Amino acid sequence: MDVAIDGIGLLAPGLSGWRESRAVLAGDRPYQPTAVPSPEATILPQNERRRSSDSVRWAVQVAQEAIEQSGLNPRDVPTVFASSGGEMSVFDQLCRALATEERLISPTLFHQSVHNTAAGYWGIATTGQQSSTALSCYDDSFAAGLVEAVATVREEQRPVLLVTYDLAVPAPLDEARPITEGFAAAFVLSPPARDSTVILRLRLEQAPAGESPCFPEYLAERLADDALERLRQNNPAARSLPLLCAVAAAVPRTVALAWLENQRLQLTIEPRRC
Amino acid sequence: MSPSIGPMAPLVLSAYTLVTANGRGTGAVLDAILARRSALKPCDFEDVALKTHIGRVAGLEDFSLDHDLRPFDCRNNRLAWLGLQQDGFTVAVAEAKQRYGAHRIAVIMGTSTSGILETEHAYRARDPRTGALPASYVSRYRYTHNMFSLGHFVRTCLGLEGPAMVVSTACSSSAKVFATAARLMRAGFCDAAVVGGVDSLCHTTLYGFSALQLLSSDPCRPCDEDRDGLSLGEAAGYALLERVERAGGRGAVALLGYGESTDGYHMSHPHPEGAGAIRAIRDSLARAGIRPEAVEYVNLHGTATRANDEVEDKAVYSVFGARPACSSTKGWTGHTLGAAGVTEAVISALCLTKGLIPGTLNCRRVDPALQCRVVRDHQFGALSCVVSNIFGFGGNNCSLVLGKL
Repeated sequence: MDVAIDGIGLLAPGLSGWRESRAVLAGDRPYQPTAVPSPEATILPQNERRRSSDSVRWAVQVAQEAIEQSGLNPRDVPTVFASSGGEMSVFDQLCRALATEERLISPTLFHQSVHNTAAGYWGIATTGQQSSTALSCYDDSFAAGLVEAVATVREEQRPVLLVTYDLAVPAPLDEARPITEGFAAAFVLSPPARDSTVILRLRLEQAPAGESPCFPEYLAERLADDALERLRQNNPAARSLPLLCAVAAAVPRTVALAWLENQRLQLTIEPRRC
Repeated sequence: MSPSIGPMAPLVLSAYTLVTANGRGTGAVLDAILARRSALKPCDFEDVALKTHIGRVAGLEDFSLDHDLRPFDCRNNRLAWLGLQQDGFTVAVAEAKQRYGAHRIAVIMGTSTSGILETEHAYRARDPRTGALPASYVSRYRYTHNMFSLGHFVRTCLGLEGPAMVVSTACSSSAKVFATAARLMRAGFCDAAVVGGVDSLCHTTLYGFSALQLLSSDPCRPCDEDRDGLSLGEAAGYALLERVERAGGRGAVALLGYGESTDGYHMSHPHPEGAGAIRAIRDSLARAGIRPEAVEYVNLHGTATRANDEVEDKAVYSVFGARPACSSTKGWTGHTLGAAGVTEAVISALCLTKGLIPGTLNCRRVDPALQCRVVRDHQFGALSCVVSNIFGFGGNNCSLVLGKL
């Protein structure tokens, strides 16, 4: 199944924006995981930005970057938001409040606790009314989101915005889910066209029932750079790094993406012109 | 309507089941509907001191998940487990496994709060000195509260090895699982799918909806002129989706279409004109390849909040006029949030099978401001096509068209 990649957004330590990060991801410049300031997410109306959680701003920031590259009107683009834990910092605040005698929780905080909070804020910012799916598949949330997005492109024959994000988990929840660095990436995926610059070919490999998986060796998942590899392993959204690195390298390449224990996605990236 | 929507091939609900506060299995739910027996009772959930009514599933406190399933043990997964035991559902899935192979059947589940109740309990049991959460919780977060826990649990229980994910778009979650499953099947990622939704009572939603002043102190009264809010419930529901050529038979209930949209307006208030809802309904009809006149019954989202019922009425009226019968079944079950989609899809399937248009329980006098033909009493007769609406926080809407082949 082929889709074109028409825009990418990226935000992570040392990776502030897709264009700014290409050389690092291609291996042409060393990766330095410097802290990133809270993103502007300028598309958010001021009131919404003030109210929004960090994870909303990270997700909206990369969504905005990818959509701007694509030149599409965000109102026309259905969305898929993939996150393992969603609003973990909101859960922390809610559960702290619910553990008190009074149990008073803010109505705003409550409606910000849903898994589709970032998707909802993106919709409010763009006043879009296209379909929007928010999903989770624990460590493989990006793979699940990619499949849902590609299936939507195929079904509707039009561009879809895929956003994946997970932020550092606050204490004490971090003991249960030790994600220490934030990561957000977005992709505008479209039906391939004559002028598409990057084609992504996606193939699902499934181990037949009852058999342990036996996947081809060439499907490298690990990243060469140790610090990037640590990031990939630490944050479910950073499982998108092999794809990002392959696109940045601008040479044909096949990478793998695990999806649960007995299947994985084979992703072949074919740059058309660089 | 979206530009590129064409008719889809129907997908048969070759097995389906439901557990709500009305009882275990579709028979119990249908009996309660026919007897006009609501399951809503004054709130007796844990130590919650709110003046509201809830639809609590009995017995979830009386057993635990053991052996291999022990890490998954929490209220939400107990309810999920209870759901799987009803109506021969696991047998139907086992047979499908023989036909397709375990790796060719997807598991697409919906929930809004997953097992957050475990995290709520853990925060109360923090170490007073260090603030640390109990170790027994920490090691089980993945299997209880994480949003994918439900998908992981169902996939494990059924021994399925295909694609899996949990869709979590607040109240529309387990309506949207039908759409995602249809997409994945059409794209060839799987040959069949187990879809469903499970949401269970917790403090977050009880105190959260209370903070939003959306809880009624009485059993909810959808479409009533004096309605004053919703009643929360909990439920587990499942359907096995297969292609017509593999499972179809005359009279089988099938998913004919789905429509998804967002309001792009507000996180917790519906769009005042119901623009997103209208789009979802129209898209569902386009995918079903039918005109509004073909729809005989609309199972409303009908939460019984002032705003929802008023805006939904505008949306439904603008698409259908006052012709089809409309009702909300939340007076029986309460609003089961992320499980509402599958709850009402299964109820719609039962209605199609029995030729029943259910009335609206607890609606004493239909709000004269509503333009749709809201029915208070049951009607019996041949029924072939139903639309079920679900709208959620974040302005996330989904409509399903279900019909008889």
